[in-house]
Amino acid sequence: MSTKDFDWKLVLRSGLLGGAIAILLSLIGIVTGFNETYIIYKVITFGELLVLGPILAFSFAALRRTSSSDSGVRFTTGALAGLTSGLVLLAFVGIGQVINLRAVFVNASPDLYAMLSYNQSLPIGMLLRLLVSGLVGLIVAGFTLLPTRLKQALGQGLIYVILIGLMGRLIGTVMTNWGFVSLLFEWMFASSGMSFLGAIVLFLLVGGLAYWRAGRPKVKPRLEPKKQQTVRWATLAGVGLVLIFLPNILGLWFSEILDNVGLFILMGLGLNIVVGFAGLLDLGYVAFYAIGAYTIGVLTSPELGFFNLTFWQAFPFALIVALIAGVLLGLPILKMRGDYLAIVTLGFGEIIRLLALSDWLKPWLGGTQGIQRIERPVIGLGNFTIELISQQQLYYLILAGIILVAFIAFRLRDSRLGRTWMALREDEDVAVAMGINHVATKLTAFAMGALFSGIGGTIFAAKIGSIYPSSFQFLVSINILSLIIVGGIGSIPGVFVGALALMGLPELLREFAEYRYLFYGAALVAMMLYKPEGLWPEARLKLELHEDEIPPPGDPVPSTEGS
Amino acid sequence: MFRTARQRITFSDIMVWVIGLSIAVVVVWGTISTLQSGKYSAESWFDLVIKGLALGGVYALIAMGYTLVYGILRMINFAHSEVFMSGPFTAVFLAQALNESGFLNRQPLLSILAIAVVSMLVSMTIAILVERVAYRPLRNAPRLVPLITAIGASFFLQYTFRGFYGSGFEAYPTIETLNGSWVFGGVQLFKTQAVVIISAFLMMFLLYAIVMWSKLGKAMRAVSEDKEAAALMGIDVDKIIVFTFALGGAAAGAGGVLYILQFPVVHFYMGFIPGLKAFTAAVLGGIGNVPGAFLGSMVLGLLESVGPNLFLDGLGIPTASQLKDAIAFIILVFILIFRPSGILGERLTKSKA
Repeated sequence: MSTKDFDWKLVLRSGLLGGAIAILLSLIGIVTGFNETYIIYKVITFGELLVLGPILAFSFAALRRTSSSDSGVRFTTGALAGLTSGLVLLAFVGIGQVINLRAVFVNASPDLYAMLSYNQSLPIGMLLRLLVSGLVGLIVAGFTLLPTRLKQALGQGLIYVILIGLMGRLIGTVMTNWGFVSLLFEWMFASSGMSFLGAIVLFLLVGGLAYWRAGRPKVKPRLEPKKQQTVRWATLAGVGLVLIFLPNILGLWFSEILDNVGLFILMGLGLNIVVGFAGLLDLGYVAFYAIGAYTIGVLTSPELGFFNLTFWQAFPFALIVALIAGVLLGLPILKMRGDYLAIVTLGFGEIIRLLALSDWLKPWLGGTQGIQRIERPVIGLGNFTIELISQQQLYYLILAGIILVAFIAFRLRDSRLGRTWMALREDEDVAVAMGINHVATKLTAFAMGALFSGIGGTIFAAKIGSIYPSSFQFLVSINILSLIIVGGIGSIPGVFVGALALMGLPELLREFAEYRYLFYGAALVAMMLYKPEGLWPEARLKLELHEDEIPPPGDPVPSTEGS
Repeated sequence: MFRTARQRITFSDIMVWVIGLSIAVVVVWGTISTLQSGKYSAESWFDLVIKGLALGGVYALIAMGYTLVYGILRMINFAHSEVFMSGPFTAVFLAQALNESGFLNRQPLLSILAIAVVSMLVSMTIAILVERVAYRPLRNAPRLVPLITAIGASFFLQYTFRGFYGSGFEAYPTIETLNGSWVFGGVQLFKTQAVVIISAFLMMFLLYAIVMWSKLGKAMRAVSEDKEAAALMGIDVDKIIVFTFALGGAAAGAGGVLYILQFPVVHFYMGFIPGLKAFTAAVLGGIGNVPGAFLGSMVLGLLESVGPNLFLDGLGIPTASQLKDAIAFIILVFILIFRPSGILGERLTKSKA
């Protein structure tokens, strides 16, 4: 190997960063928090994975920047980057022995140090940690030398093992309902995470499948149009059937999660119109949610006793109030640009919450005590009526709402109105010059978003039965914003993906709930840095965000246009 | 937006004016009825004014960060409220340690200085890190993109602090020399408030001097005027941007220390509201404008502390001080509608806006 190709600075920097991030995660408390959560039972915990993860990621980054394909250089680079990270961790443990870091950082506990040194006595444990870190670097280096097809297969296998391992216990709980089928899979899971054997089988299965699929030709043979139609209808029918029976398959606890995810999908679809289609960053979206919920509360609650309407009588009023609020907020802010608009809407959301919280409006809105005993929706005709109370019953209400709203959103997207929204998003000045009435267009976007959010609010009120100002914090707006960004701004399927990933996963992994917003924050930054178009991107936006990578047609020289 | 030719007055303009006028009527009516009722004495008004000035001083220091960064990058540094928060957090742990060793009350001046310096350094470091990780790679991205990263960075920092220090409240130890107050003919002035107001004025003057008279400040103004031209003149734009974040971060850290002298409790969510209000203040004064940030902060601080009693009490609204945040946000909304350039700001030209 030639020493010329070897980049000391790069190795050192990557190693230090990897170690620093591992320490950051440790001090935040995630590492010790997940120290009992096994990925593979008795082999590796999620906490350990969180320590090794940054080391792995940064040695990988170092190797990607190493241009040399000489295996000697690559192995040294990987191993040294890993070892540097290990040394950083060692230094951290060492400092922790001398100085009591716990006076400042609550998580710098003996548990953490024990975990970092593998529950061994300090010298042996530290040596072990160093070795493992170096080994991680070596393995990463070996991995990068493999052919692409194998790399992809191994990567996929690993990801599946981690994901399924994280949810192992949950899958176990669901399967207990399935009778004898569960026996088929029981050996795969342990009391926490997967069994060793299960992990290996899953890894081989997924990896093998990925390897086999990568070898097949990329272009799929097209079906005849008629067959395509049949396939489409069959898929739709299948999805419909699954959706109808989902609460019964999954049980009560999952239905609750399903309802929460559903509510966020509903609101995400609305915000997607405002942010995704029209490009207006609305940070006060929770205001309309609150307005919908509070209108239902005020109109139906016998506790306040103003109107005592039923849910369905109050429902249209809630929608109208939310719509009017959307227009009222929309009017003054039409002339603002992106970031001012974000701040003003944020302020508006806070104003609504503060008003709901104030003593001033307490006789009407209940102040801190909120509104209790909100009417549940009743469906049915004549003598045959059902009051929707349980989460499994409410699921169908939410499902109906989602189907309706998603249908409207789909139709709107390709309508004339949808195209004017997108034109405004791309370039307001040009759009106005083309004769688009920007006032009306922006207002309809705001009003539609507010309407959908209002629907979400009414269902939320009916679901919980009592509402408090604390349910309508700024965080809710951030939740919804995060999910549409992770899913893909402007993409309707993206809303579903985002809601499942950001709302569903943390609900499923209860231990995760505490680090939820930490994760959201990191996800927002990471998405913007590496994949601004989201997980399920909208085609047009993807093109725009990767403009610089595609040479414009008929113009071989990339134009260097200033802002 | 096209605003060159005299436009038709649209329906939305009329609506906006109607809303604005009705709020103005409510404010005037409330003020008159409060003053007529004579519920508050001159002394209590004086107290509120002092409180408002002290609050304004803190806002001014935080607002500097928003205004400087906006001046250069034309983006709202949403994570600035967390940069501010890191100041009080550092100050609390340092003060607790100093208090245990007894140094805090033996050498109060020295310890406060040490606390301020360390807090400023920590805030500065965080501001620089955020710029490096979250903003620099996206400098040429579409406008919404850095704003979203900023929100993400803000949340990440908030919950990192929560993870580091727990979700509880930490109390700041009292400094004996700062307890008590001076009384001048019926009005009393708390020592902490005096310290806060004086130091805020000094700090603001210092910042103004740096921006206006130092070589780096000159470079900063050049970059905010025109990045490309500044680069051609031999200014290292990246370096200047880092310096801007550092300056804003240090000011926010100092603001944090002054904040905690008035409200001696920290928790991980504390940055949000002061940050938002400081932004309001920056906009109120004219964003991108240093004296404007100072003026806007003082006005906002005063309105917030005097406003609820003056405007709302007379209307018979109970516990009006609950609505002080709402007042601040309503001011923000209306400033942005009627005079987005703020009190001192020049009209933003098309290229800057």
